[in-house]
Amino acid sequence: MTMRAPLVFVLACFGALAALPLLTGSYGVDLVTKIMVYAIFALSLELLVGAAGLVCFGQAAFFGIGAYAAVLLSPASEAAGLWWLLPVSIVAAALYALAVGALSLRTKGVYFIMVTLAFAQMAYYVVHDTPLGGGTDGIYLYVKPALGSLIDLDGALTLYFFTLASLAATFVFLAVLLRSRFGRALAGIRVNEQRMRATGFSTYPYKLAAFTLSGGIAGLAGFLFALKDGFVNPELMSWHLSGAVLIMIILGGIGHLRGALIGAFAFALLQEFFKSEAIFGAFAKHWHLGLGLAIIACVALLPRGLVGLPAQWRERLVGRSRSAAPQEALNEA
Amino acid sequence: MKPEANGNDAVLLRGRDITRRWGGLVAVDRVSIELERGSVHAVIGTNGAGKSTLINILSGEIPPSGGSVELLGQDVTRWTQPRRARAGLGRSYQRNTIYPTFTVFENCRLAAQARSPRPWAWWQDAQRCEASTGAAREAAAKAGLETFLDRPAGALSHGQKRQLEIAMCLATAPEVLLLDEPLAGMGAEETERMLALLEQLRPGHAILLVEHDMDAVFRIADRITVMVNGCVIASDAPEAIRTNPQVQSAYLGH
Repeated sequence: MTMRAPLVFVLACFGALAALPLLTGSYGVDLVTKIMVYAIFALSLELLVGAAGLVCFGQAAFFGIGAYAAVLLSPASEAAGLWWLLPVSIVAAALYALAVGALSLRTKGVYFIMVTLAFAQMAYYVVHDTPLGGGTDGIYLYVKPALGSLIDLDGALTLYFFTLASLAATFVFLAVLLRSRFGRALAGIRVNEQRMRATGFSTYPYKLAAFTLSGGIAGLAGFLFALKDGFVNPELMSWHLSGAVLIMIILGGIGHLRGALIGAFAFALLQEFFKSEAIFGAFAKHWHLGLGLAIIACVALLPRGLVGLPAQWRERLVGRSRSAAPQEALNEA
Repeated sequence: MKPEANGNDAVLLRGRDITRRWGGLVAVDRVSIELERGSVHAVIGTNGAGKSTLINILSGEIPPSGGSVELLGQDVTRWTQPRRARAGLGRSYQRNTIYPTFTVFENCRLAAQARSPRPWAWWQDAQRCEASTGAAREAAAKAGLETFLDRPAGALSHGQKRQLEIAMCLATAPEVLLLDEPLAGMGAEETERMLALLEQLRPGHAILLVEHDMDAVFRIADRITVMVNGCVIASDAPEAIRTNPQVQSAYLGH
């Protein structure tokens, strides 16, 4: 009965996003573009945490590399070709992920978290302290890339729809990937890596491939972020952002792709809400406090994230009786 | 009940002088063992005799401190566990090592997938991979789980989980089976069922059976190796083991 509900939900979300520019002004378009970029970023981490069970705390490095590549490789006075700049930015981020993954995947658990954080901080200090990255001031992107006369990403609406298409493509790609043999092997590694090895899977290359892919997708998000703001600075690689994206997927519900979408929207909208002077007046300066308390409340009350909310309500209304648990097991892919 | 020793007695797995030291403790001390196709070779011994360590070394889960392992005529001592598994070595675990959140079918299918991994075919639905779905159904049926395919593995009874362990092992189509206490915690009926399955598997496989249920071991084994404190004190046919005075004083205790 509810088998198809997630699909309907995702289609409705994308439909609403496609119609949104008709309903809102430039502020709304700009905000939702940013949230969609975060959603792509959150999806990249969901591939690692939700699918493969690898908690990476350095995801911002790949995001930042995608963003810096877009700005550094663009010519100063003319539009770069989107057809090469986009893939090159993604590959740059993926290559760094390959190197980081090759070393950090030799560790497990909390050590893995710390090693990925260390590599992200390394990238952060490279752009922060060397002439390459322009220091704390960052760098501006004066002319945005274009695809001939077909797509000019200088326009806010064009960028909006380009970001929406990128988000949809990422979502579909990951949904298909997780159903494939590769995706099932990642799920097996998450649940019981020892058994996977005993069965004949060399698990390290699988994890490294997932890590590299994830880095590439984070690079795509970073690339779009640089285009949206026309500006990059070292904060894009800071551990705050790595933490924020982790909170997004936890908030949305780990183990579901749509959880990353929901989490990105929930996180960004909560942030906007607590920053709003119209609602909080002078207290809006202390928005971190409100956001923090809201996140603590969400995690405490929704152990399965916002994705789990309908099931939680159903359980409260009709009781836990029915075959809720097996259903969970079947749907968890 | 046991088949006559025939010409088909090729040694599929051979361990030579296998030793494993943990610091000053010698867990396995120069143990040599041979597994032949068509026979069940049981290893018995008290807790801590080194049986599980021996299986872990043979399957490649831990490296030996000394000695060598030969699989289907090749020296595999330095091979990783996944590589040995792909070459035809299957193992089951003493404690259930399944994927509890997956269905019984998916547990078997994922195991079978190791035989046709194709990880780059990212657009293909894993459930449509006929090589692995076919092998999974077959393995589940052999182990007597065909009616539980859609049940989450975590919801099975203990005995069924032991059957699933074997099914997952069979799904990879191994030639050598290393079974670590497959009868542990099973009721009488389940034990009979498992023994019948082993009987059925014996002709095509070389089976190493680590087991505490002595009645079962003496019924099914073609050869029994007795370990005490990491050393082999006897290795012979069941009748000879039963009357071996050294074994009686050290282990059987009667």
